[in-house]
Amino acid sequence: MKRIAVLGMPNTGKSTFFNRFTGATASIGNWAGVTVDLMMATLTIGELSTEVIDLPGIYDLRGFSEDEAVVQQFLQSTPVDLVIIILNTAQIDRQLSLALQVKHLQLPAVLLLNMADEAPKFGVSVDADKLAVHLQMPVVPLSAKYGHGYEAAVITITQTLQHFAQPTLVANVADRLMDEVALTTELDVILADAVHMADRDQEALTTHLDHVLLHPILGLPLFFVLMFALFQLVYSLGTPLQGWLGAGLDQFKAVALEPALAVWPPFLQGFLLGGLYDGIGTVVAFIPVIGLFFLAMAVIEDSGYLARSAFLMDAFMERLGLDGRSFVMALMGFGCNVPAIMGTRVMRSPGLRLLSMLVIPFSLCSARLNVFIFISTALFAPRTAPLVLFSLYLLSFAAAIVTAALFKGQFPNQDPLVLELPPYRFPTLSQMLVRAWCEVKHFLRWSNRFIIAGVVGVWLLTHLPTTAPPASDQTLAGMIGQVFQPLLAPLGIDAQLTIALLFGFVAKEVVLGGLAVIYGTATEANLGGTLAQHIDWVQAYSFMLFTLLYVPCLSTVAVLKSEAKSTRFALLAVAWSLGLAWFSSLVFYQGARALGF
Amino acid sequence: MPMPMPTPTPTPTEHLAYLKPGHTATILTMDASPGLYHRLLALGFRHGRQVKMLRRSWWSGPVHVRVGTTEVMLRRHDAQRIGIAPLGHASAYGAGE
Repeated sequence: MKRIAVLGMPNTGKSTFFNRFTGATASIGNWAGVTVDLMMATLTIGELSTEVIDLPGIYDLRGFSEDEAVVQQFLQSTPVDLVIIILNTAQIDRQLSLALQVKHLQLPAVLLLNMADEAPKFGVSVDADKLAVHLQMPVVPLSAKYGHGYEAAVITITQTLQHFAQPTLVANVADRLMDEVALTTELDVILADAVHMADRDQEALTTHLDHVLLHPILGLPLFFVLMFALFQLVYSLGTPLQGWLGAGLDQFKAVALEPALAVWPPFLQGFLLGGLYDGIGTVVAFIPVIGLFFLAMAVIEDSGYLARSAFLMDAFMERLGLDGRSFVMALMGFGCNVPAIMGTRVMRSPGLRLLSMLVIPFSLCSARLNVFIFISTALFAPRTAPLVLFSLYLLSFAAAIVTAALFKGQFPNQDPLVLELPPYRFPTLSQMLVRAWCEVKHFLRWSNRFIIAGVVGVWLLTHLPTTAPPASDQTLAGMIGQVFQPLLAPLGIDAQLTIALLFGFVAKEVVLGGLAVIYGTATEANLGGTLAQHIDWVQAYSFMLFTLLYVPCLSTVAVLKSEAKSTRFALLAVAWSLGLAWFSSLVFYQGARALGF
Repeated sequence: MPMPMPTPTPTPTEHLAYLKPGHTATILTMDASPGLYHRLLALGFRHGRQVKMLRRSWWSGPVHVRVGTTEVMLRRHDAQRIGIAPLGHASAYGAGE
């Protein structure tokens, strides 16, 4: 088994090359001795079975940032047969330093000069043969996006791979790197000999677009309009798709599965259909939203606009310990928290990323919105209901800001925020589709078991013991509801509503279905009336406040756990949100009652 | 007008954070933490190179500058670590190379 590592700076099209090279067969996995996930795939290259690993994009091998340390650890612990270095041709004047570092580590390498199509626009031309002599490695110009030079690159990679019989392991990367002065000297010699850079300004299109998109006055309104349009596009397509998929799965259950299992004992039927099948359904229903979300993310990230959003929002977000990209993700979380949390992967500083993940679950997602629309319509006058909804949105923002302000000390952002603002580019359709597909695969691989187990668990709680009516006070859920009464009664949340909150842990939209089961009503219209008989508006608002803030839904907890790679972090997110929910509802309920409502 | 790339490093008269949009300057010093220093190097900031201020964000937000063919945003307090000698309002690019 041969092993190839793909190395390059951020914004060089490294992933695009990797996806083309591996045919999008790669998956994200753990690597021994390394703290972050790496993309990897197994290919046959020149009749040799070869493992290809995509290392995180780094600027330098010295190991100052988390990603640089990861690459160092990887090279020190894993023998590699070949390193593919990917650089952006237009920026070769500064990016060549990475290739020089690899040369001096004496790693077998091939240098791909990517974005060769863009270089002439910047007046950059490179003599690949001269460069190869200086670096003592093959050099191939390439456009990974459009495929020009790709065949030649593969041939060179295959030949070089066969040329080296033994894999290379580098001990003490940091000690073996050349010092800055020697590197700069060698860099200047190579640049003078092999690279010609014309005195030309930045590409005109980017300059003109930035003039408008980063305009001191127009920039922010344009940003909000663009984000709103993107949000609408993702969720006006994604939410109905999610609904139809759910309805289709229910239909299949009613038409095919229920009759087929009719002869089985009722408890087993319920367990398989209400627990296991619905659990799988919960996972499946996320596929369209995640797919669409990452299609959109591919556009705003690859176009270079996401980095610009950091520029636009940083003045405000820095004060919260976050940056503009956290803002984009939190905003997208108003549709669904799950893809938004997955999207934080673009932020490479661990502290910044964890803090963003802690904040996102407070975004009032569309599942919660359904519950709030229903309850506010049932219990409030038509004129006040919209105000109730609006107040919940404001509280959602407030909870996010309070969380960021309180926890920013716990999750310090160590990486300096020095971000490249790359020229505007539009991703190709295949780049977008591959991105969406990889993210869906990743979600299915890492989150399905946790979600299915959770749905089954809640089903068991609401159906055991078998003698009790489902979701009644005699079930385990009912008993839990009773146990928590001393804690929840001061919030105006009675035992029945507590059971609904348990349901809501599965997915917030299940709260309504849960309430219907609990109150034994068949239709939603009846449920509204029944609800109004059982609770008053103060209780209803307290319940909504609690639903807004308490534990993110099961799927969100699942991605929090898999993205942070830490159960402790997921527990912190759950505990903090529960605490904040309890405190806010307590203050509201007791306050309202004290005022005589 | 200061000469481009003088051999002995003169005391920087200004910091990058205060360079006016549209103006160009020569980088003289980078007095930053090792992490920031190496990130700046990797992005093309080097002693003697020219940097152009493109825009500054509202509310003391980040600055948008160009070094070589690379455009970069950095926070204002990080930009204060970079000492410069202004070259005035010029579209000159690469003149000091």
